[in-house]
Amino acid sequence: MNLFKLSLAAAATALIVGFSPVWAGDGAPPLRVGSFLSMTGGASFLGDPEKKALDIEVSALNAKGGVNGRKIELVVYDDAGAADKAASFVKRLIESDKVDVIVGGSTTATTMAAVALVEKAGIPFVSLAGAVVIVEPVKKWVFKTPHTDRLAAEKIFEDMKKRGIAKIGLISEDAGFGKSGREQALLVAKNFGIEIVADEVYSAKDPDTTPQLTKIRSAPGLQALFNFGFGQGPAVVTRNYRQLGLSMPFYQSHGVASKEFVKLVGDAGENIRLPASSLAVAEQLPTNDVQKAVVIAFRNAYEDAYKAEASTFAGYAYDGLHLVVEAVARAGGGADKAKIRDEIEKTHDYVGVTGVFAMSPTDHMGLSPKSFHMTEIRHGDWVLLD
Amino acid sequence: MSSAFLQHLFSGLTIGAIYALAGLGFTIIYNASHVINFAQGEFIMIGAMSAVSLVGMGVPLAVAVPLAVGSAVLVGVAVARFAIMPARDASVVTLIIITIGTSIFLRGVAQVLWGKGYHALPSFSGDAPFILMGAALLPQSLWVLGAAFAVVISLGWFFGRTLFGKAMLATACNRFAAQLVGVRVSGVLLAAFALAAFMGAVGGVVMAPITFTSSDAGVSLGIKGFTAAVLGGLGSGVGAVVGGLVVGVAEAMSAGYLSSSYKEATAFVIILFTLFFMPYGLFGRPRAERV
Repeated sequence: MNLFKLSLAAAATALIVGFSPVWAGDGAPPLRVGSFLSMTGGASFLGDPEKKALDIEVSALNAKGGVNGRKIELVVYDDAGAADKAASFVKRLIESDKVDVIVGGSTTATTMAAVALVEKAGIPFVSLAGAVVIVEPVKKWVFKTPHTDRLAAEKIFEDMKKRGIAKIGLISEDAGFGKSGREQALLVAKNFGIEIVADEVYSAKDPDTTPQLTKIRSAPGLQALFNFGFGQGPAVVTRNYRQLGLSMPFYQSHGVASKEFVKLVGDAGENIRLPASSLAVAEQLPTNDVQKAVVIAFRNAYEDAYKAEASTFAGYAYDGLHLVVEAVARAGGGADKAKIRDEIEKTHDYVGVTGVFAMSPTDHMGLSPKSFHMTEIRHGDWVLLD
Repeated sequence: MSSAFLQHLFSGLTIGAIYALAGLGFTIIYNASHVINFAQGEFIMIGAMSAVSLVGMGVPLAVAVPLAVGSAVLVGVAVARFAIMPARDASVVTLIIITIGTSIFLRGVAQVLWGKGYHALPSFSGDAPFILMGAALLPQSLWVLGAAFAVVISLGWFFGRTLFGKAMLATACNRFAAQLVGVRVSGVLLAAFALAAFMGAVGGVVMAPITFTSSDAGVSLGIKGFTAAVLGGLGSGVGAVVGGLVVGVAEAMSAGYLSSSYKEATAFVIILFTLFFMPYGLFGRPRAERV
C-alpha cells in the first residue's frame, strides 16, 4: 500500500470516528432494531397490528431501561406488501441505518426478498411470515416466529384421526396463505392416514362458494370438510356450508382464529373446530398454563393502547422483538451480530405469545404442534378441547 | 334436472343479480357522459358498509338501509360535482382516469373510517334456506333477485315515461342538441351519478348479508359489474342485467363442472371473447357516424 492510500484510509477512519454519533453521556449506544412491514396494501391486516405491537413493546422495554442499559431504537419502513420495495428497504436498513438486528417481513414474499441480503450482510433476522420455506432449509441468519401452515395441518389431522375420520374434502383459497396451506395439507395428510377425496379452491373475494361445496359434497365416502384460508373466504365457506345443510365435521385453519371471525359467521360457526394460538383463547387457558400470564399481559397492553382486538399477527411481532432482546441480553448487551445470532439459535423455553420456543441449529422456528390448542366454537365462543 | 345443477343455477343467479346491479350503474353513467365510472364498485361498498355501521350503532335494519343508500347517493353526487364536473371539458379518457383516482380515494377514506376488517349484515328475513328439489335457496337470494328486478322495472319507467328520464337519454344521444332544446346538461350528469350510486348501494345492501363486506369489497364487484355491462353491450340496461346473470351462472357452472381454479377467470374470459368477437355486446348496436 502506498503512502497516499494509507493516508486516505487514515483520514477516512478519522472521519468515521469523528462523526460517529456521540454516545458519551447517556451510557451505551442504543440497540437499533430495523423493521420492514406491510403496513398498507393487501397485507395490511398483517403489517398494521405488527407495527402497533412493536411500538408498544419498544416503549415498554425502554421504560424499563432497555436492554443491558441500551435503549432500543426502532426503524420501520412500510413495504406495502411488495417484495421489490422490501428488498430496497432492507438494503437501506443494513447500509444506511446500520441496524443491529431486523425483525420484520409480514409476508413470505417480502421475507424471501430479504433473505439473500441479510445472509450476505450477516445480520440476525427474525421474520414474521408463515411459510415453511423461510426456515427450511435452515438459513444461518434467518429465524421466524409464526406457526407454519404445516403445523396447523398436522394439528388438525391429529384431531381427525382421533375421531376416526379418514376421508376429507379440502377447500382452500387459491393464493397466498390458503395455497401454501393446501400444499402442506396434501403433503402431510398421508402421515395421518387421511385421504383427501375432494380438493377445491376459491379466490379471495369469491362471494359464493356453494358450487365448490356442492361438488365436494358428492365425493364418495366424505367424512369431514377442511377449509384453509384467511379473511372473507372462510366466512363465506362457513355460511355456504350451513346453507347447503351440510352436517359433517367442519375444520378451519388457524388463519381465522379471531373473535372477529366468530362474530362474522354468527350461528353458522357452531361446532367448527380449529387450531388456535394461546392468544385467541387466553381466558380459557387453565391457570397453570405457562403462557397464560404472558398472553393476557400482552393482550391487555395492546387493547388498552389501540382499543382493538390483539390479533395473532401482533403476537408474532411481540415474539420477534422479545426473542431478539433476550438474545442480546444473554450476549451481554454487546453489538456483536454473530454473538446475537448464536444466542437466538440457543433460545430455549422462551415463553411467548405464540408459543413456547425452543430453537436449535436445525430448527429456526422452535414451535411444536403443542403451541396450538384445538378449539371448537360453541355458543359464539371458544371451547378448549386440549 | 339434478340437484347439483339446480344448486349451481341458484347460486349463479343470485351472484349474477348482484353483478347485474353493479353493471347497471356503469350503464347509466356511460349513457349520460360516455364515461366508464370505475368508482362504481365503491358505491356498492359505501352502501353496504354504511348499512353495517348504522346497524352496529343500533339503528333498526329498516331505517338503516334507506339511510345507507341515501349516504351513497350523496357521495355519488359529490363525486360528480367535485371530481367530474370541474373537468367537464376534458376528454373521456381523462374523465375515466379521474374515476379511477376517485375509487382509490374513496377506498382509502373507507379504510380509515371503517378499518380493514370484514363485516356482516343480518339477513332481511332469516337464514333458513328453502329446499327445492334438493337444492338450497336462501331467502336473501330472493331479496337480491327481487331488488334487481324492481330496479330494472323502475329504470325502464324512468327513462321511458318521465320527462327527466327522456332528457337524460337525449343528453346521452347528443349533448349539444339536448342543450339547445333546453336540457340542463350539468343536472343530468349529477342525476346520473346519483342514480348509479343509488343502484350500487341497493346492490351492496341486499348482497351484504350473503357475501360479507369490507372497505375493499368494491374492487372485484366493480370488475364483475363492468364485465356484465360490456357483455350486455355498454349503454343497454337490459343488456347489463342479462350480462350479469350470464356471468354469474357461467362462474357457478365452471366451478361446478370444470374446475374451481377457473372460476375467477371466467369473467375475464367472457370479457375477452366479447371484445374480440362482438365488441358491441349482446344488446348494443354499432354506433353509426353520420357525416
